[in-house]
Amino acid sequence: MNAIVGHGASVHIEACAKTFADGTLALAPATLDIARGETLVLLGPSGCGKTTMLRIIAGLEQPDAGGRVLFDGVDITAVPIEQRNVGMVFQSYALFPNMSVAENIGYGLKIRGVARAERAARVAELVALTNITGLEDRRIDQLSGGQRQRVALARAVAIRPGILLLDEPLTALDAALRDRLRGELNRLLRSLGITTIYVTHDQAEAMELGDRIVVMRKGAIVQIGTPREIYFKPQSRFVAEFVGAANIVEAPVADGRLMLPGGVLPLAEGDTHPAAVAMIRPETIAIVAAEGAALTGTIDSISFIGDRQRVIVGGASDKPLTIDAPNTVAVTIGDRVGLSVAPDAIRLLPEHD
Amino acid sequence: MSHRSFIWICLLPLVAVTAAFFLLPMARLVLLGAQGPHGLAGYLAILFEPRYRATLINTMVLASVTTAATLAIATVSGIFLQRHRFPGRAVLVAMLTFPLAFPGVVIGFLIILLAGRQGLIGGISSHLIGEKLVFAYSIQGLFLGYLYFSIPRVILTIMAAAQKLDPGLEEAARSLGAGPWAVQRDVVLPALGPAFVASGAIAFATAMGAFGTAFTLATNIDVLPMLIYTEFTLAANFSTAAALSVGLGLISWAMLALARSLSGGTVAATG
Repeated sequence: MNAIVGHGASVHIEACAKTFADGTLALAPATLDIARGETLVLLGPSGCGKTTMLRIIAGLEQPDAGGRVLFDGVDITAVPIEQRNVGMVFQSYALFPNMSVAENIGYGLKIRGVARAERAARVAELVALTNITGLEDRRIDQLSGGQRQRVALARAVAIRPGILLLDEPLTALDAALRDRLRGELNRLLRSLGITTIYVTHDQAEAMELGDRIVVMRKGAIVQIGTPREIYFKPQSRFVAEFVGAANIVEAPVADGRLMLPGGVLPLAEGDTHPAAVAMIRPETIAIVAAEGAALTGTIDSISFIGDRQRVIVGGASDKPLTIDAPNTVAVTIGDRVGLSVAPDAIRLLPEHD
Repeated sequence: MSHRSFIWICLLPLVAVTAAFFLLPMARLVLLGAQGPHGLAGYLAILFEPRYRATLINTMVLASVTTAATLAIATVSGIFLQRHRFPGRAVLVAMLTFPLAFPGVVIGFLIILLAGRQGLIGGISSHLIGEKLVFAYSIQGLFLGYLYFSIPRVILTIMAAAQKLDPGLEEAARSLGAGPWAVQRDVVLPALGPAFVASGAIAFATAMGAFGTAFTLATNIDVLPMLIYTEFTLAANFSTAAALSVGLGLISWAMLALARSLSGGTVAATG
């Protein structure tokens, strides 16, 4: 355990569903375990139920009858949020405008009746931890977006919560700042070792921060796994396309090979199914010489991105293939090129999801 | 014709109206106040003449109490009405804002119907306790009338402010361990502060200068507008009436100015 945070709690969610007053099902019955100290990311497009799940864990929403939430094995379904000892960071930050930065951070301790001196020491500790030294006496409207985000995090962590809940904490920031704070947040969460549940629609955030990612869609969990599992072994077309870029290829299969209009691609799995939907990540396709290649196509367009170039090749598959090639490969639009893909980089997906 | 002189010509009607109906009578009023037997000292009479001073204090206490009671009632009901949806809510909101449509004399009439000699409360109380409660013609009756017409002005402002409140603020406070009372004390009420100042100032200024209700009810209460009326029409004491009018105007104006500086310029004088 660690001096900054008292302890992390484990979370068990059992058959939690949420139907809103107007009858819409925001969350289908979901069961989920979150280990002590783990960072779990709820990832999905807007309206997928991820925020509803977070609010049920927080205690801001009650699950439909039958659903239960347990912290460290204790059923807290009926316990209101103010007694759950959860730290929460909101997308809007929800900092109290009538209090200074230090008062915001110390508010949870004040409510708990912590003595003034101890409170001040704890606030100073968090101010240092979140890198906002010198801003203690500022009003909230005098802070930048990034500073507000840090204050919101410091305020949530100050109470030594069992569980830290973050609802799209970086969404309100501009892209450059978001990337920088994402790295900082990652280091901070690792050093705190606290159980964290993080909601986002940004797959890059999910990859970097999550020990595990829960991908959600239309109120249901569609896949749970480590970032690597989610990226390399998506179980559905939706996950393949939502997380990272993906070529989705629909083609018949013969002799363990994908039969494409521009040639064939050998499959690793001994799949005997007559047709397949396959995912191929753009960076796993190599551009090789056309002569002797099993699969060929013509370069339709080239976008130079800097660290790599994105090449679109037509004629090889049913749809143009997107390829991330190293920035040193010399290619020209109209070139006829060969394409090679390692068999284990081709992921077969169920046809419907 | 240059662009600038065109604008000046367009402004002429406004200048004429302002001068005729505002600046000139105002200047005349201020001068008149200083033309009594005591000259400029006539203005000091409002503070040093015991009857005037008592009336002034009376009026200010009544306005202050009305403002405080209005804020308390309107805050609780305004937040409730903003947060909850129930059948009949729209009708209730409409009824609460209804007094805005009534002149003061009608409100005075309503108070008499309620607490006058033939009033509802008197009728009920004589059945229950054998004694007829009549308070329409006292300061309590006036207070009730002022409360009735102050609530709509305040409740609408509070509801608008409560609507703009980020629900995340309350949720954040709760996540940090704050119970319902602490959330109201530390988050909701401070956030509504500017709305309290703005609507409170208007309620105060309105209660200071309301005449119709006072005229209907106040057979034996002295409030400043009534005093001005009696000095002017009954005693024909023009200079005192003028001095009192200027004093009343200054107090109300000062309250609104103070509120405006505290709340950042959102207070409009009404009433």
